[in-house]
Amino acid sequence: MDDLDRLESESIFILREAYHAFSRLGMLWSLGKDSNVMVWLAKKAFFGHVPFPLIHVDTGTKFPEMYTFRDRYAVEWGVELIVGGCPPLEDMDQDLPPATRRAQRKTKGLKELIEREKFDGICAGIRRDEEGTRAKERVFSPRGADAAWDVRDQPPELWGQYNTDFPPGTHVRVHPILHWSELDIWRYIARENIPVVELYFARDGKRYRSLGDQDITHPVASNATTIEEIIAELEQTTVAERSGRAMDHEAEDSFERLRTEGYM
Amino acid sequence: MTLPASDAAGRKPVVKVVFAGHVDHGKSTLLGRLLTDLGALPEGKLESVAESCKRRGVVFEWAFLLDALKAERDQGITIDSTQVQAESDNRRFVFIDAPGHHEFIKNMVTGAAQADAAVLLVDAKDGVQGETRRHAFLLGILGIRDVIVAVTKMDLVSHEQARFDDLAAQARAHLASLGFDLDRVNAIPVAARDGENILTRGGAMPWYTGPALIEYLDALTPGAAGSDAAGGPLRYIVQGVYKFDERRILAGRIVSGSLAVGDEIQFSPGNRRARIKSIETWPRPETPAGRPERADTGQSVGITLDQQSFIERGAVGSHPPALPHLVNAFRGRIAWFGTEPLTPGARYKIKLNAGEYLCIAEQIEHVLDAGDLSKSAASSVTRNQIADVVFRSRGLMAADAHGENPATGRFVLVADHRIVGCGLIDLEGFADEQRTKGPKSANILRVEHRIDRMERWRANGHTSGILWLTGLSGSGKSTLAVRLEEALFRRGKQVFVLDGDNVRHGLCADLGFSPEDRQENIRRVGELAQILAHAGVIVITAFISPYRADRDGVRARAGDLFHEIHVSADLAVCERRDPKGLYKKARAGEIPEFTGISAPYEAPFAPELTIDTAHENVEACVDRLVEYALSAFGGNGG
Repeated sequence: MDDLDRLESESIFILREAYHAFSRLGMLWSLGKDSNVMVWLAKKAFFGHVPFPLIHVDTGTKFPEMYTFRDRYAVEWGVELIVGGCPPLEDMDQDLPPATRRAQRKTKGLKELIEREKFDGICAGIRRDEEGTRAKERVFSPRGADAAWDVRDQPPELWGQYNTDFPPGTHVRVHPILHWSELDIWRYIARENIPVVELYFARDGKRYRSLGDQDITHPVASNATTIEEIIAELEQTTVAERSGRAMDHEAEDSFERLRTEGYM
Repeated sequence: MTLPASDAAGRKPVVKVVFAGHVDHGKSTLLGRLLTDLGALPEGKLESVAESCKRRGVVFEWAFLLDALKAERDQGITIDSTQVQAESDNRRFVFIDAPGHHEFIKNMVTGAAQADAAVLLVDAKDGVQGETRRHAFLLGILGIRDVIVAVTKMDLVSHEQARFDDLAAQARAHLASLGFDLDRVNAIPVAARDGENILTRGGAMPWYTGPALIEYLDALTPGAAGSDAAGGPLRYIVQGVYKFDERRILAGRIVSGSLAVGDEIQFSPGNRRARIKSIETWPRPETPAGRPERADTGQSVGITLDQQSFIERGAVGSHPPALPHLVNAFRGRIAWFGTEPLTPGARYKIKLNAGEYLCIAEQIEHVLDAGDLSKSAASSVTRNQIADVVFRSRGLMAADAHGENPATGRFVLVADHRIVGCGLIDLEGFADEQRTKGPKSANILRVEHRIDRMERWRANGHTSGILWLTGLSGSGKSTLAVRLEEALFRRGKQVFVLDGDNVRHGLCADLGFSPEDRQENIRRVGELAQILAHAGVIVITAFISPYRADRDGVRARAGDLFHEIHVSADLAVCERRDPKGLYKKARAGEIPEFTGISAPYEAPFAPELTIDTAHENVEACVDRLVEYALSAFGGNGG
């Protein structure tokens, strides 16, 4: 087994544990590269089937290319898709900086959807190398009744034994690709030929490295027009992946605050 | 943080290294320095942290680079384990920062369990402390063998060689006493603040002529902690049995050894055998020739079998005769991190392989001092203690002694919705309950049913299973069994009683009452009960079935179909009732090996239901049984 085989095998193991552990499991599909890899891994774990719904929390302000992508692959991959809306911006905490406030809509939209659909397990495609608070995450990460993340009291995880025993009212975020890096993701996409939104590839000297809402995501300078060129570019860069995400830069603890509340 | 450059092929080995040691011995500082020097920090990160320190009016610390959470910066300690990636010229590293703070030892365990190697920090000024020793002990338990002892803050002791030599010797002596192979232990003096001996040897310690830290790290091998598994016997952990289409696929993971199409596999603890028909993957190769023929340690694979066999999640597949042990009692060397202490008699859930088993902490043999390894008696095991504890499980578990096969020889303990401890299995002095009765002929093939039990359940309008009544002669088993049968039948259920006396006229007419014959009697009845349960019938059995291991054997075969019901009445009550006059005869010596008089009865310790016939009347007992049965078999299996 090479390093990608090992990562894949670990993720498949996690997905099967999650499928067993929860009575109502869902998987967040943000349409970005990471969640596409996650869906792909689910198809591998369950031999071509995805035995739970994919969830797209739609802020309504995604790029048009992302909606086209969603509608095409929901059909092509034969998955059940649940699209959830988000509350208006005016309802958000007014003391938050503007971009963080926009990101908070997604958190609230997700919370509403979890309650409505009675999910007790949600797979999310976050990775440890993306951002400092995500580096501290668990594979099975319990959220209290208000969806809050208690970073000071996280369950131990060892030997592939995850805590799957939760008091009523808890829901759990499952992170099947937590141990992957950005470069792993692209190398795997290249190896497996996994489709991605075309915005990741450079046009006019710019490309998106991370995809969020249209109004708070900015492209980075790049000439990478193929997956191979993206990989070559990532091998050289020291710029953070989420540097194009406005909310990460507004205040030192913007992201941490969002995550404690239940952001992905 | 971002991943820095890697070579184009991306084939550099990935090594996971945990940083452990006493709180305040400079872990985060060393890591922060290492990451910076390896160029693993995103542009601007260093500047932004420096700026933040200035704003807060604190002196810049390398550690702040890691302590991404605001709360941690305020407290000056690392709360949780963090993983960061970095890269040298010939390795990709995952550095795991485990907190040294006493209260957060569970996070240390979480961090260290994933690591291939460890850097154990010793403060040059503070020396080897209790926490250092405890961490070294935990590293050993978690299977880490490669340790780099980093004596930190050498600048605080004027870079003195004698101090380093003394501390290195102390640390090595402690590691040796824990069973570490000293050929795989190295010691190095560092001053992280000045970058001394991190990437290169500095000028402050000319007396040190050994490799810099990065050279030691570059020499580490990935998977060293678990590399023996590949050469071990097959252990295939079943996570689930999927029927999404016409295929019935067992999905699981090979934690040691390998398997190939055509292999005969035995699944424990139910002891079912079958051959591997195919290895399933997605996308599915167009032609059978493109499909994999074998799979190795670490792979998550799906397999189909040549015959339909009753196999559940939690089963362990292996190649006979290299089977795991079947145990319902074992000794665990545990590390406890529960808020509430572990006490004898308390119940926990054990998670082992992909199975979960109710268990009881029967006896605390002793608590170990992680510092000097002395043993002392204790009435409880408190948070952060290490102890040897005897556990008894409900039902048989397939397991290995940790010394023989680490992957299937370790477990975690769950109480009150939390993982409260972890442990290694020691089987010395405990019986292997393996009582394989495989088919005597090799040419027996199973006929595959075209109707499965789910379909039968839907047709019947209820699910099925075995209500296994166990208890002394005269406790009321037969009386309750027939009353329960009648009550369920009147409610439209498919139900049937198997009674001890009845089967001994036919099915088991050749058997007596010796332990061996009792065992065979229960095995036959268990198989018959299972066949009836698979046929959709609710089976009620009324047998003394005095031996726990025999009942556990039926449970292991029947899985979740099995419900153990203890019909409890003490010996005096049963003897007073003596409905068949048997106690009188036994007392007179006319019946040898009579349970309760001249043969033992082992009561279940965690039955699904207990019926106390000594204190409740028959009507009340029947009502409780009916209520239990209706709730257990009420659905139609979805």
